[in-house]
Amino acid sequence: METRTAGGRTHVHFKIWRQETTDHEGRFEEFKVPYAKGANVISCLMEIQRNPVTAEGKRTTPVVWDSNCLEEVCGSCTVNINGRVRMACSSLVDHLAEPIVLEPLQKFPLVRDLAVDRSRMFDALKQVTAWLNIDGTHDLGPGPRQSQGDQAVMYVLSTCMTCACCLEACPQVQLGNAFMGAAAISQARLFNMNPSGKMNADDRLSGLMERGGVQDCGKAQNCVEVCPKEIPLTTSIAAMNREVTKLLFRRILSLDLPSARAAAGPG
Amino acid sequence: MADARFTVVGGGLAGLMTVIKLAEAGQKVDVFSIVPVKRSHSVCAQGGINGAVNTKGEGDHPDIHVKDTLRGGDFLAEQTSVKGMCYAAPGIIYLLDRMGVTFNRTPEGLLDFRRFGGTLYNRTAFAGATTGQQLLYALDEQVRRYEVQGLVQKYEYWEWLGTVRDEGGRCVGSVAMDLNTMEIRAFPAEAVMLATGGPGIIFGRSTNSVINTGTAAGRAYLEGATYANGEFVQVHPTSIPGEDKLRLMSESVRAEGGRVWVPKKKGDTRAPKDIPESERWHFLEEKYPKYGNLVPRDVATREIFHVCRDLGLGLGGKDGVYLDVTHIPAKVLDAKIKGVMEIYEKFVGEDPRVTPMVIFPGMHYSMGGLYVQFQPGKNLEPEPAHPKNQATTVPGLYAGGEVDHAYHGANRLGANSLLSCIYAGMIGGPAMVSYSKSSGQKAAAPKHFEAARKVWQERIEQLRKMEGPENPYRIARELGELMTENVTVVRTNDKLRKTIEKLAELKDRWKRVNALDSSNNANRSLSFVNQLWNMLELAHVIAKGALLRDESRGAHYKPDFSLPEPKTNDPREDPEWMKLWQIRHEKWAKTTLASYKEGEPQISYEDIPTPVLQPEPRWYA
Repeated sequence: METRTAGGRTHVHFKIWRQETTDHEGRFEEFKVPYAKGANVISCLMEIQRNPVTAEGKRTTPVVWDSNCLEEVCGSCTVNINGRVRMACSSLVDHLAEPIVLEPLQKFPLVRDLAVDRSRMFDALKQVTAWLNIDGTHDLGPGPRQSQGDQAVMYVLSTCMTCACCLEACPQVQLGNAFMGAAAISQARLFNMNPSGKMNADDRLSGLMERGGVQDCGKAQNCVEVCPKEIPLTTSIAAMNREVTKLLFRRILSLDLPSARAAAGPG
Repeated sequence: MADARFTVVGGGLAGLMTVIKLAEAGQKVDVFSIVPVKRSHSVCAQGGINGAVNTKGEGDHPDIHVKDTLRGGDFLAEQTSVKGMCYAAPGIIYLLDRMGVTFNRTPEGLLDFRRFGGTLYNRTAFAGATTGQQLLYALDEQVRRYEVQGLVQKYEYWEWLGTVRDEGGRCVGSVAMDLNTMEIRAFPAEAVMLATGGPGIIFGRSTNSVINTGTAAGRAYLEGATYANGEFVQVHPTSIPGEDKLRLMSESVRAEGGRVWVPKKKGDTRAPKDIPESERWHFLEEKYPKYGNLVPRDVATREIFHVCRDLGLGLGGKDGVYLDVTHIPAKVLDAKIKGVMEIYEKFVGEDPRVTPMVIFPGMHYSMGGLYVQFQPGKNLEPEPAHPKNQATTVPGLYAGGEVDHAYHGANRLGANSLLSCIYAGMIGGPAMVSYSKSSGQKAAAPKHFEAARKVWQERIEQLRKMEGPENPYRIARELGELMTENVTVVRTNDKLRKTIEKLAELKDRWKRVNALDSSNNANRSLSFVNQLWNMLELAHVIAKGALLRDESRGAHYKPDFSLPEPKTNDPREDPEWMKLWQIRHEKWAKTTLASYKEGEPQISYEDIPTPVLQPEPRWYA
């Protein structure tokens, strides 16, 4: 990495959480990484790979972390940086106070160092059946028409990259509890807005009513604050809360029982 | 076939579409992916997906799409697969629409289309400027549906290490390693699809994701699969230089009206907004009035290189030109390309809606890849469900997506990659099912799996013990600098020869590498040491292919062997030039084939059948 001095700055000071497994004690290791203009947290971690030596001059192992696209669309590189959850790739060192402290997400089982297991988020997508029930992959012509206004809303919802910022910031989500968090709730809204998806809206709402569903939201509104894609997560939660309530009423009034529907006849 | 299982390696568009096709046919599938499939590199595709749906009343047709694609690739693409792909394209876009992709819409609520490079038609469907992300999510959702039904088993954070073969050399499964527990296991399969993407990381900093090392393709080549057209490497004209990678700035920026320019005066230090229109040089628009800023990528890249490196007109005397959208209303930009506007804003710290972006070409895509075959059927498209489609030269081993060699020839057109990935999966899945039914062989004996697993277990243990002085990540960085400097936009035989010598040195240094980490938990360095060897071998294939191809074609540009400029605007009207073109064509319109023998890539050439379209000179002026 080309070293330039900006305001006399030659190195960037990092404090990085190291923990080989949950059975091992964790600790911080400090690093002095050569400063480069435009550097971000990942480019510095890569520099440590090329020279895995701590600030005290001790040889260590390269830091383990998750990353992939490095342009904030894959959702891999979520970590706590200086105590705030964010994407490491888009965290430019020029915008961060030193020492830059890197810690793994706290709401997920640790894999090693900064890498965690976020499979609970993918399980939540199963719980809310976050997909459309297409008939098959054969050519059936175009889907239903959609307005530009609906597309604009759905597009933003569809940019959720399952990064886990919203879960990490949520006081209701805890390591080991079941709350699905804002991401999956917002995905349920996305598919329930889709003209074909509407046909199975109740399936998704049922998923939202199960264990760990939308009722566990404590309305802290942290999720929307930390979403790197600025997805209106609290709007999604409010919308789904309303729909779940409506479904509950319909069920209480037995209007939604299959027998009631059959008795009512077509139309 | 009660216990029959198929293996798909890679969870991007090509892999997931293969999974969907297999699961839809009732087959059980194991999917291996280094990252959770939803984080695969397909998410990085921005601009859109091509299909001649012709909703703009321009008279577009799949035949014109075929012609643009073959011509864009300077007639090096496999023609039946291109025809099949272009004819399937409208149906694929409709399928994605039905899967819920949030495509942009027209005022009537129809799918909107924009114009991309190398065509004169509005043929590109798009979801903002994050189309790849939306497409991958749609397939990911359908795969999750099959996962819930029990047809799909995901192995995420598992790395494919190599094939398992039976006595006859047939691929009967794979060996893979869990990147978290470091467990190594063999997995039997009726057939294996490699959908492992491109080798961008061989070039160090590129627009590619960090997992795109080409390791699986490199390993398949070392195990006997033929690799084709490796020297054809696309350098995207517009990327944002960065310390860790070159971030893609989508072609859709120019599709929506973005203009490329430099100040006419060398060393002009004025801010871009202070430079009047008359003192700006829109060099693409001037030289290519018909296609303007939307010439094919290889052409735009060479022009930007020429302006910066030969004319010294790059911004501040350095590598870089303006990509300017400041004349377009911010509201339009946000509706159509917000995703990439935000990338520029976040990573550069300037608002491109106000200040012109500074961009430079960056390594982006490999047209070459594992050699795959097709069975021409009626209409000269691949015969549906024929076992030969997408088949590599190793029986039972398939390849699809960027990792295959077929669809893009010497240069890929923008928005054709998402299409080729999905199409390869659509025909690859059924081909694998047909193969398993027709192969007519008994299940492979367990001894093959145990033997293959043991080989890898020992190999990985050896690597773990490597304690030499060389850092693998530093070797990788040097490899990237070497390849970017000598095997991208402008190539000379002198430099290519030196590159091959240097690659031998790097391989030698690899033997003195240090694994850096002896842990048995999430040991990523260990996995990287293994990958690095495959990267070095594949780099050799790319460099040697480039050295031996003494011509210029698409992305492969050798000034020492280029044809002169024709005397007429339409080169077909210059008979002298046409003679030269004919000679070049007869000698070099061939697929480069690389096979691994005695530690070296052996290069040979294969004629390209042209049943769909007769080659003609390619020009865009």
